[in-house]
Formats: sequence, structure tokens, C-alpha cells
Amino acid sequence: MNKLNLDDKKIAQARKYARNVAEDTQNFIDRHTTVAIERSVCRLLGIDGVDSVGVPLPNVVVEHLVESGLIGVGAAIPLGAAMEKWSLSPQEVAEKIGEGELDLSEIKLEKANKISEKIQKLAETAVNQIKSNRNRRTELLAKYGDKETPLLYVIVASGNIYEDVTQAVAAAKQGADVIAVIRSTGQSLLDYVPHGATTEGFGGTYATRENFRIMRAALDEVGEKLGRYIRLCNYASGLCMPEIAVLGALERLDIMLNDAFYGILFRDINPERTLIDQSFSRQINGFAGIIINTGEDNYLTTADAIEEAHTVLTSQFLNEQFALMAGLPEEQMGLGHAFEIDPSVTNGFLYELAQAQMAREIFPKAPLKYMPPTKFMTGDIFRGMVQNALFNMVTVTTGQRIHLLGMLTEAIHTPFMSDRALSIDNAEYIFNTMKDFGDEIIFRENGKIYSRAHKVLDEACELLAEIEQNKLFATLEKGIFAGVKRKRDGGKGREGVFEKSADYFNPFPNLLNKS
Amino acid sequence: MIIKPYGDTLEDGKIQVSFVLPVADDERGREAAAILARKMGLEDVNVAHAKGLDTGFTFYVVYGSSVHDVDYGAIEVKAAVENVMDMGEVNEFIKAKIGRKVVMVGASTGTDAHTVGIDAIMNMKGFAGHYGLERYEMIEAYNLGSQVKNYEFIQQAKAVNADVLLVSQTVTQKDVHVANLTELVEMLEADGLRERVVLVCGGPRISNELAKELGYDAGFGQGKYSEDVASFAVQEIVQRKLI
Ligand code: B12
Repeated sequence: MNKLNLDDKKIAQARKYARNVAEDTQNFIDRHTTVAIERSVCRLLGIDGVDSVGVPLPNVVVEHLVESGLIGVGAAIPLGAAMEKWSLSPQEVAEKIGEGELDLSEIKLEKANKISEKIQKLAETAVNQIKSNRNRRTELLAKYGDKETPLLYVIVASGNIYEDVTQAVAAAKQGADVIAVIRSTGQSLLDYVPHGATTEGFGGTYATRENFRIMRAALDEVGEKLGRYIRLCNYASGLCMPEIAVLGALERLDIMLNDAFYGILFRDINPERTLIDQSFSRQINGFAGIIINTGEDNYLTTADAIEEAHTVLTSQFLNEQFALMAGLPEEQMGLGHAFEIDPSVTNGFLYELAQAQMAREIFPKAPLKYMPPTKFMTGDIFRGMVQNALFNMVTVTTGQRIHLLGMLTEAIHTPFMSDRALSIDNAEYIFNTMKDFGDEIIFRENGKIYSRAHKVLDEACELLAEIEQNKLFATLEKGIFAGVKRKRDGGKGREGVFEKSADYFNPFPNLLNKS
Repeated sequence: MIIKPYGDTLEDGKIQVSFVLPVADDERGREAAAILARKMGLEDVNVAHAKGLDTGFTFYVVYGSSVHDVDYGAIEVKAAVENVMDMGEVNEFIKAKIGRKVVMVGASTGTDAHTVGIDAIMNMKGFAGHYGLERYEMIEAYNLGSQVKNYEFIQQAKAVNADVLLVSQTVTQKDVHVANLTELVEMLEADGLRERVVLVCGGPRISNELAKELGYDAGFGQGKYSEDVASFAVQEIVQRKLI
């Protein structure tokens, strides 16, 4: 496995810097909550559905908490008090708030240690449901056996969940192992999760609980026929990051895009908001046995893959530490990177190989997510097939785990059924014909591949030292990642960040940690 | 001049197409593919490859010779700009004919989060060796970034008294760009602003024809850079007397 002879001490040093950055930020995170986190608590306590004008009930409750100045204690205590006082379920409390029949500021709040036993019970029920989903996944994987070779990951993005099912089922039959339902443009900036089955999205399909359920059922069914477990992936990102994590945990998704920085950099979401939200999201994902995918690959769509390779590694180290702080184990960290070097660069393939091998060696337990060429894909679909073939070769040579298949029509449209089938054929051919190639080769000491990996690690280590000095928020303000600058108090969703009061209570972190 | 596609002999008309039909992979499916190809104007049809993608979906690669031809000489295309000037020439043009800085406001609007296209046109550094508008001495360029709502876009344009509005659209699935671009034109008209600005859109799937159809002054797609749009905009300002 170890072919690059990377300096262990340097790797440990880089991790230490990243740890310090994460700890420093975590201090801030722990003192705050967000509207999205409290809506997640509502959902876990069983609140679902919409009010008479279509507003999701978790939003109704949390907006009410904000208006009545109760948000600082969190949703659990007021809900518990209301349940006791009026003998209602959380759902009924939410409905009554929606109808304007109930005002939570009327009730006297009890201290956290006297928290309603009913709430605690409901919380345990939710946690048990997530646990049983996790067990179910483990059972199914044991029953069918899991694939050893890289998982073939494809996206469906028709905008219509039923059309997506048709495409996903066909892809599974062709050999896909992971189906990701790409979300509609604009969903990440919605401060609510849409409700019900949806048939109209743009560039993707809305993430809703019902859509999750429909796709899960379809994949379980085709998986049963094929004797394979087909993993389902979605996006716990944007302004509803933790809520989507909760819905994914409840509906047995297997993989979630869940990055600490993506929303900040690529959707201009407020940095504080995203960092607080990612922490609770990852606690959920960690407990649910869901693999998270991080989004470092995206940096290379706006920054150069040769010059900025070290920022990818830097961000992987940071994402790793933030995930560990949330209790998410390395085995569930699908750290991201990508094959995005300009095809005209001489020896570009060697540098791609270096980066992929380096990531493999530095994060040996992580199910790395490797992204295909996108930026340099053009209307020349025939050349696109060659680019994708080279990408497939890197994966099989360096043992990446989650292999997002490149589409020949990347520059044109979201994938057609035939585009997916052609990519699966391409990957299966290469993975088979080159199966043990990686075991047969070593890299020449101080050769181009070897030196490139050392250089990237050195630069990442230096950058992490700098970030440790400047701290994370200031680093984001400087445009270190993806060349994008984000102000700590700028961006969308800042108004949804609240300081926790002394008697804040959320039953879940404890329960998730305990089990 | 009358032309046909070229395979290896002039006027052989050779064409390849590939598509999926929602049918099983069998003889009948292949015949369906061949019939479709004939209806598309191909003869000597050869269904070279068929592969089932699911029980009811099959992928076909088909070759044939086109029965159609094109009168090449009779074609008229109207490029957005006939006279493309370089950065220096644009600056000189503005100094001579407008006599003040030209204000340009750009954004990737609606729900679109793609910035690389508008950055390529506007940012100092530019793209593929073409400097962006921010570097033009006589242009005051404001790049508002992505996911800018049409309403906000108009407010910002008014705030800096923009002469030229530049809209970038990358996501086109289900014609989301058409709806968004149309909304902007309607809002500008309602505001009485439309006639007072040069309105331009761009993106990988935007053509000048589409742009005009939607009520824009011009549209720019792939392979177009700051000098194309700057040349167009400044000439349009002069022509429409928006000085
Ligand atoms: C980079 C990229 C991203 C990055 C964007 C980062 C960023 N900050 O911009 C990230 C990863 C964030 C991203 C996200 C998404 N993407 Co994207 N992305 C791409 C990619 C790989 C490259 C686009 C690019 O940067 N091109 C380079 C620039 C320079 O080219 P350009 O935009 O054409 O610009 C040139 C001209 O068009 C013109 N121009 C452009 N704008 C303007 C404006 C004016 C005024 C003028 C004069 C000229 C002009 O000048 C430029 C220079 O010549 C393409 C695939 C591809 N290879 O094309 C997909 C692609 C565009 N993305 C796509 C999709 C669907 C998405 C998502 C919606 C996916 C999802 N559901 O989450 C999200 C976007 C969410 C949202 N709210 O918009 C689809 C669009 C399909 C379609 N036709 O509708 C594509 C084609 C990929 C695919 N096949 O699915 N994406």
C-alpha cells in the first residue's frame, strides 16, 4: 500500500494543525444552535407534514420559537412542556401552533434536568428507528456480500422522482452500486425541506422525505432481484443540512454529501451557519452509519488543479477533524478529490495518479470519493470517453472506494440513460482488465509521481500551519479555498444562528454518543 | 453550393446517430430504430449496435446516408457583433464616442450558482488569455456573483446607474433559463428601464438567436470573451444614443 514513502511525521503534524483549527472552531459551534438544528429536533420528535398554507410544520414550530424568544433553549423543552400541559403529541402541538391556537410563551419552562420524560421517550424511539435502519443495512450487506472493488456511483437528475426511479433501476441493472439523486437547483437556499413526492425540479430533483422513501423502496426491490445492495445517496447540504441528514437517517440513505465548507464557498451560505449545522448533521450521519462525502473536488472547478492541489489535501485534513469531533468514524469519511487537471498538461496523468495515491496513503481507512473530469469535458464526447477512461485507470490503480462515473456528455446535459450505461461499461472494462495493476507497480523514488505527492503534502502542511495561526473564519475571508472569499457575517442564513441560553437542551447529542 | 455530410467520398451523406428507444432489445426494436432513422432522412440504414439497458430500454448506434442537402450559399447568419475590437480599441472607442466610463453590471441570476462563465467575462484575470472587463480602463465593471435574484439585480443596476446589464445562465434543464431570462425582461419593462440599458445574456447554451427571441439585445455562447461583449455593448450604446 505504501508506495510514496510519505513522511509520517509530516502527516501527523498536518493532522495536529487541523485538529487545533477544528477545536478552536468547535468551541464556537458548541455555544450555538440554528433554526435548522431545531427543526431537525422537531422532525426527530415526530413532527412532519405542512400547515394549511403548505409551510412544513417543523418550520412553523421553530419560527414560533424565534418570535416568542424561546429559540435559545431549543425546541425540546418547550415542546415537552406543552405536551405535559395540554396532553398533546408534538405533532398536535405543531398543528395547533400552525392554527394559531397555541402559544408556547404561555408556558413555564422547566429546567433541563426536569425535562419531560415523554420527550426523552420520543427521542429514544427516533434513535432506535435510526439504529434499526443501520442494522437493516448491515444485514442486507451481509446477506448479499459487499463489493470489494470500487463502488460505481451514478447520478439521476431528471427532476421527476418517478422518472428518476426508472433511470436508477436501469442503472442498477447495468451495474451501478450507488444512486445519487441530484437536487434541484435552488434547493440548497431554501430554508425548509419541501414536502411530498415531487415531479418538477431543475437540474435535479427535490430532496423530500417522500422522495427518499420512493427511491429507497425501488432500490431495495431491484437490489433484491439482483442480489446486491444498492446504496442511495443524497445531499445533506445547504440551509437544511441537518434536517436532510435526519430524513436520510430515518429513510435509510447510505451516503450523504456533507461538507463543512461547500455551502460557504459555492452557495454563499453564512460560514457560522454552515459550520454549526455540519456538526449536528455529522453526529446524525455518524450514528446512522451513513458515509459522508466531502466536496473538495469542487475547488478544482474554480481553481487550478495543479496549482491548488494542496488546498484539496488541506481541506481533507480539516473535514476529517471536524467529522471526528462530531463522532463520525474514519470508515465513514468519503473524503473528496477529483481528476481535474487540464488535459493539455504534459504528464497530467502522472500528477493525477500522484494525488490519488497520496490521498489513499494519508487516509487509509477512508472510503475516498473520487470525482471524474468535469471542467475540461467539452462537446467532444468522443474525447470525453478517453478522459473518463484515464480517470477509471487512476481509480483502479490506487484503490479509490466511491467512484463517481464520468459522463461523456458532461458539458451538455444531465445524464441520459445511455450516457450512464456507456460509462458503466467503460469502468467495468477497465476495472476488470486492470484489476491487480496497482499491486504490480511501484513508483520510482524521487520520480515525477513520487516528488509531486511529496510537494503537495509539504504545501498542505504549510497552509495548515497558516490556518492554525489565522483561525478558520479569517482563512475563509482570505479566499484560500477555491479562490472564493467569504465574510464571517456575510452570506445567506445568518439570521438563523442563535446563541444557546444556559438552559438549552437537545436530547439527541447524548443519545447518539451513548449508543 | 449544395452540400451533404461527408464520410469518405464527396456527397456520400454519411451520418451517425445514437439514441435509446423504450423497447426491448430484439428484432422488432432494431426495426423500430431503422424506421426512425429513415424518418430522420437517412437511407442505406445500418443499425450497427443495439444493447438492452433494461428490460424495456435499448440503446442503438445507427449509420446511414442523408437524403437531405443544404444550400450553403443561401445561408445568412447574424453574428451579434460584426466589428470586434480588442481591449485597447474598446477603450479608445469609449473615449472618442461616449466620453465617459461605461458602467456594466453582471451576474449569474436566478437559482444559477455557476460563476465561472460570468467571471471569465468580467474578472480582471479573464479567461484563456482574454482579460476581463474589470481590466478595461474605460469600463466600470461590477460582478455581483451568482444566485442573484432578478429583483436584486435590477436594484443593484439602478444603484450604480448601469449602462449595460450582463446576465449569465448555465443551467438550462427544463428551460429554467428561459423562464428566468424572460422574467428579467418583463421586470425591466415594468420598471421603464428596458429601453435605457443594453441587455445582454450569455452561457454555454445561449445563442444570439435565442437571446433576441427573449427580448435581449444580444447573446454570447462558448468561445466568446470580454472583447466580444464589450465591442457589442459600446457600439450599441452609440447606435441607440444611450450616451
Ligand atoms: C464547474 C461546474 C459546476 C460548479 C460551479 C462552480 C462555480 N462557482 O461556477 C459546481 C460544482 C458548483 C456546479 C454545480 C452545479 N451544476 Co454544474 N457544472 C460545472 C461544469 C463542470 C463547468 C462549467 C464551467 O465552469 N464552464 C467554464 C466556463 C468558462 O464556460 P461557460 O460558462 O460556458 O462561459 C463561457 C461562455 O458561455 C460565455 N458566457 C457565460 N456566461 C456569460 C455571460 C455573458 C453576459 C456573456 C457575454 C458571456 C457568457 O463566456 C464564457 C467564456 O467563453 C459544467 C460541465 C461542463 N464541462 O460544462 C457543469 C454543468 C454546467 N452543471 C450542471 C448542473 C446541473 C449543476 C447543478 C444544478 C447540479 C445540482 N443539481 O446540484 C449545480 C448547480 C446548482 C445551482 N444552484 O446552480 C449541468 C447543467 C445541465 C444543463 N444544461 O442544465 C452541467 C452541464 C453538468 C451536467 N452535465 O450535468 N457546477
